[in-house]
Amino acid sequence: MSEPLLKVENLKKYFPIKRGIIETLRRAPVRYVKAVDGISFEIKRGEVLALIGESGCGKTTAGRTILRLIEPTDGRIIFDGVDITKLSREELRPFRRRMQIIFQDPYASLSPRMKIGDAIAHPLLVHGLADKEEAKELALKMLRRVGLTPEDEFYERYPHHLSGGQRQRVVIARAMILKPEFVVADEAVSMIDVSMRAAILDLLESFRKEYNMSQLFITHDIAVGKLIADRIAVMYLGKIVEIGPTDEVLKNPAHPYTMALIQAVPSIARKKERKIEITGEVPNAANPPSGCRFHPRCPLATEECKSKEPELIEVSHEHFVACHHPLR
Amino acid sequence: MLLEVKDLSIYYYTLSGVVKAVEGVTFSIDEKEWVTFVGESGSGKSTVASAIIRLVPPPGKIVSGQIMFEGKDLLKLSEEEMRQIRGKDISMVFQDPMTSLDPLRKIGDQLVEAMTVHGVDEDEAKERAKELLEKVNIPPDRFDYYPHQLSGGQRQRVSIAIAMAFNPKLLIADEPTTALDVIVQDSIMDLIQSLKEEGTSIFFVTHDISLAAERSDKIAVMYAGKLVEFGTVEQIVENPLHPYTQALLNSVPDLWTEKPVKAIPGYPPDLRNPPRGCRFHPRCHIFAEKGELKGLCDAEEPMMIEYEKGHFVACHLYGGSRNE
Repeated sequence: MSEPLLKVENLKKYFPIKRGIIETLRRAPVRYVKAVDGISFEIKRGEVLALIGESGCGKTTAGRTILRLIEPTDGRIIFDGVDITKLSREELRPFRRRMQIIFQDPYASLSPRMKIGDAIAHPLLVHGLADKEEAKELALKMLRRVGLTPEDEFYERYPHHLSGGQRQRVVIARAMILKPEFVVADEAVSMIDVSMRAAILDLLESFRKEYNMSQLFITHDIAVGKLIADRIAVMYLGKIVEIGPTDEVLKNPAHPYTMALIQAVPSIARKKERKIEITGEVPNAANPPSGCRFHPRCPLATEECKSKEPELIEVSHEHFVACHHPLR
Repeated sequence: MLLEVKDLSIYYYTLSGVVKAVEGVTFSIDEKEWVTFVGESGSGKSTVASAIIRLVPPPGKIVSGQIMFEGKDLLKLSEEEMRQIRGKDISMVFQDPMTSLDPLRKIGDQLVEAMTVHGVDEDEAKERAKELLEKVNIPPDRFDYYPHQLSGGQRQRVSIAIAMAFNPKLLIADEPTTALDVIVQDSIMDLIQSLKEEGTSIFFVTHDISLAAERSDKIAVMYAGKLVEFGTVEQIVENPLHPYTQALLNSVPDLWTEKPVKAIPGYPPDLRNPPRGCRFHPRCHIFAEKGELKGLCDAEEPMMIEYEKGHFVACHLYGGSRNE
């Protein structure tokens, strides 16, 4: 078994809640939103882990904390054997090149005043990997590689000339030009029409093969996870509630929440079927429920679930679930 | 027939040219029927939705066609008569509930106002508003909440509650779940379905054909401003005729099948200058493979034909050229 490329150990990110003037005067204690509350997982070289959950579950914060775009509150991030949790900005620089991020909104992640070719060449210049001419050459090659041809014409265009799908190709090209070993793709296809998603996912898949690149693919859509991920991790209110091989999790979901996510996905092939009825919406992360955080919405919840927090246990090979009453 | 739209064309007169957003669209919706319009961004599906209530955003203009609702042509009504219909006989729900809810007013008051403008007295409206909130699963104590105090899903429930106030004959829902998580989406779809079961017809718009397939009675597929196929869900899903419909069905991931997912190559055309002939021909794999289609698909626009009962398609593969 080879060393994993990325190891995340008990990672936490708490955001302080701003106090009002009265609370400050009364010296009320600072309260926190526990956006990520102790998650652990590993990603091997060339492996894709899909991190799945609803808005507010902490998946985006997790992705950004792993790249140290935001500072973790606690826990360790080990990249290629090096603990990068405490590295200084300067020490982190060589790692930045090896780890990239693709954001959800291709409209917000490109500068409107920069030609897209220059935007793609830019990271090479920032990291001092090429001079201007070489960078342009490589950017042209990359434009071609992501299907924006004729490339010399696209090089000169500005983002507003492009459709959402084309912009997302630019964003991917910019991230891929550094040949990263690890990429966080944060809802990389959710703002794109369903009909265009497959093409973007194919593109990412081709880079994974070419660079043997690992991915943390963050999405709210478990069907997208099925397409691209080797393993799936399901997050709920800052915790990973289930993690395992994609096929296994989809065929035999053990957590009632995972089951709820799966059965909510619309399908062409199948009429709606509900094995489990869940109620309500995700509660406020500033004040999560006691015990198992899912218990107020769970039809299977018992007294135990209200008081005791479940630990991740292995239910089948490499398939873990944090639930007192796993489905079987 | 509750709604009959005939030969509807809508153009946007922009500074950079005339965008032919919708051209020659004809379809109908029966009582208690759920019809879903599917297509990519820019296919004109939302523009059709806005035309039915005569709220095409400027610089858009309805340039031709008829919209017959219960036998009256909505395009011939005065603005005052139209206002009587909107929110009462025909109501609407949009993608972003924040665009239809007033951020500065309590949700209960907004519900009440939606009824008082149509002449319901205040006390009765208050009573009904509480009932409606309960119906859409919002605790009645939220009556005095402002929209920002609710989650996205709850806001959409409020806008559905407003749309339900008069048990409308037709509900227009334009991508009402696109901004929501899947579980919330599912519950909003349940809510719309319950409305249908109470007798409301649904005009639903989405870019996700699997969402269309799951609940609708009929599906209309739009491409680049044209209606290319129309039929029952079974007809469209089991026997898709138009190459675009087939491509659309193959492009969505599905948890319950192992079929490979295939992207549709290329991009939708610029509607200031749409391709000649069939607007889909530059992306059509059948056109690319079959040499004999040259001079037909790229020259002559296919007409809508009825391939089997209730199943319409506009594609030269099934006839539909003028000289046949």
